[in-house]
Amino acid sequence: MKIIVCIKQVPNTNEVKLDQQTGTLIREGVPSIINPDDLAGIEAALAIKDSLGAHITVVSMGPPQADIALREALAMGCDAACLITDRAFAGADTWATSSTLAGAAQLLGYDLIITGRQAIDGDTAQVGPQMAEHLGIAHIPYAEDIKADGEKIIVTRQFEDRYQLLQAHYPVLVTALSELNQPRYMSVGGVVDAYDQKEVRLLTYADLETFVPVENIGLKGSPTRVKKSFTKSPKGKGELHQVSEDEAVEIIIQKLKGHLIL
Amino acid sequence: MSKDVLVFCEQRDGVLQKVSLELLGEGKKLANTLGQRLIALLLGHEVEALCPSLVSHGADEVILVDDAHLRDYLTEPYAMAMADVLNEGNFEIVLIGATAIGRDLAPRVAARVKTGLTADCTSLEIDPETQDLLMTRPAFGGNILATIICPQHRPQMASIRPGVMLAPEPVADATGTVRRFDVDFSGLKNAVVLLESVKATKKAKDITEAKILVSGGRGTGKEGFATLNRLADLLGGQVSASRASVDAGFADKDRQVGQTGKTVRPQLYMACGISGAIQHLAGMEESELIIAINKNPSAPIFDVADVGIVGDMHKILPKLITKLEQMA
Repeated sequence: MKIIVCIKQVPNTNEVKLDQQTGTLIREGVPSIINPDDLAGIEAALAIKDSLGAHITVVSMGPPQADIALREALAMGCDAACLITDRAFAGADTWATSSTLAGAAQLLGYDLIITGRQAIDGDTAQVGPQMAEHLGIAHIPYAEDIKADGEKIIVTRQFEDRYQLLQAHYPVLVTALSELNQPRYMSVGGVVDAYDQKEVRLLTYADLETFVPVENIGLKGSPTRVKKSFTKSPKGKGELHQVSEDEAVEIIIQKLKGHLIL
Repeated sequence: MSKDVLVFCEQRDGVLQKVSLELLGEGKKLANTLGQRLIALLLGHEVEALCPSLVSHGADEVILVDDAHLRDYLTEPYAMAMADVLNEGNFEIVLIGATAIGRDLAPRVAARVKTGLTADCTSLEIDPETQDLLMTRPAFGGNILATIICPQHRPQMASIRPGVMLAPEPVADATGTVRRFDVDFSGLKNAVVLLESVKATKKAKDITEAKILVSGGRGTGKEGFATLNRLADLLGGQVSASRASVDAGFADKDRQVGQTGKTVRPQLYMACGISGAIQHLAGMEESELIIAINKNPSAPIFDVADVGIVGDMHKILPKLITKLEQMA
């Protein structure tokens, strides 16, 4: 079985702090990590490889630094790695990103594709389903459990108020939740191999042009544009209320509404 | 020429989801600004009875696709039906709830009809100059906001989380039409088969992953924690605890926030009967919104709280719970 796992290298958004004076993001010194849902995707693929045998290619679209994330995946036990990197891909939104990744999947061949549900820097959850659409294959999102055999896969698909058990035959794409599993650590031998024995194959647009027309990539292939971005105003001084119980309840309700919690 | 605002109205087991009404309210505002009509799209099986509610909440027209293929939510039949409707209608704007259904269906459909989609928007406006939809959403873990546009493609698609927009009051004598729309499912391919659908009993989540935490201290007491559980359920959150309350046996160790417990950063941290030892504050002061209730006006928790209430949680919380139950 051929498995492709798509991963993204992201800044650890939990470590990002706001400069209270200027209200801007402090990006310096924020470590890059493999996106947590994607890490669960890697583990899910490795578990299938452990039980059934599989060849796993881990794929990332991003800048050259994403090489580190791919080597980490190799060190965990993935068999091959591809970095899709080219100026032509710059400025891609989810539509163009997914069509580019779909092109890479066609080039590489696959039975099963696993992506994370969403990346913590964008949180859109769009690239997985859109990649499946570009490939014309089915997808199952929000996987919290995966059981695979040689012909088909059975996925526990999470909803807010229920779960579904869904079955699909290959080829199929699954989006993984970080709750899916506990990713394994890189082994020492794996780390050595990842740098000495294994290659990260570079893919540029020239490698993919048979599969993806130029009008479907990069900024040109992106229906959406960022018009502006801005930071939320920094935290003001807190308020203290000494009021009746009913007024206190009203204040709390209004705050929860104001913060979109209700 | 594209026109009209379409809202995907989600139902589950024949029950209309509240987010659908919220989006009708928001969609109506956008439609009025543009001088266009509001269309509700309802997909399901034997769900015609829901149409009057969509009209009374603002829809000028309901497009109803009623078919056995749409009884349970499955991506492909729903995507087929929605893409068919969008291809026929050439809509200006499409809104969809950012639920486990909408966040799956919308990207698949947007890819199929080749248009842009902006996820989890918190505000929508019409640009007075270009008439484009300005879609603002949080990014980068909620640290920044970005305004997204989709200038060259129609429809402009946006998903919005439940609870972000206000549901309008129903208007009893509102008029609107219902149009049945037939979809040919014979070409259904890549079939994903539903083996089983199970209503979930809630599992306790890791508190570091919770978006909402209702937290108790020594002053909360064992019964107070039962109250917190009810409140957390109503808010869709989890219960956490101070070290003192864990040591007193009111809560499990895995619920503990603070230096010797876990560091949390939820959207809402509600500290109830927690005085706020420095070790506790270290574990929660980065929370987005901190609401604290404590009897002691000089409790250190009020130094980090956005909203401090001086009072008795045992009296305030039951009233808050009653109020929330009425709103639900």
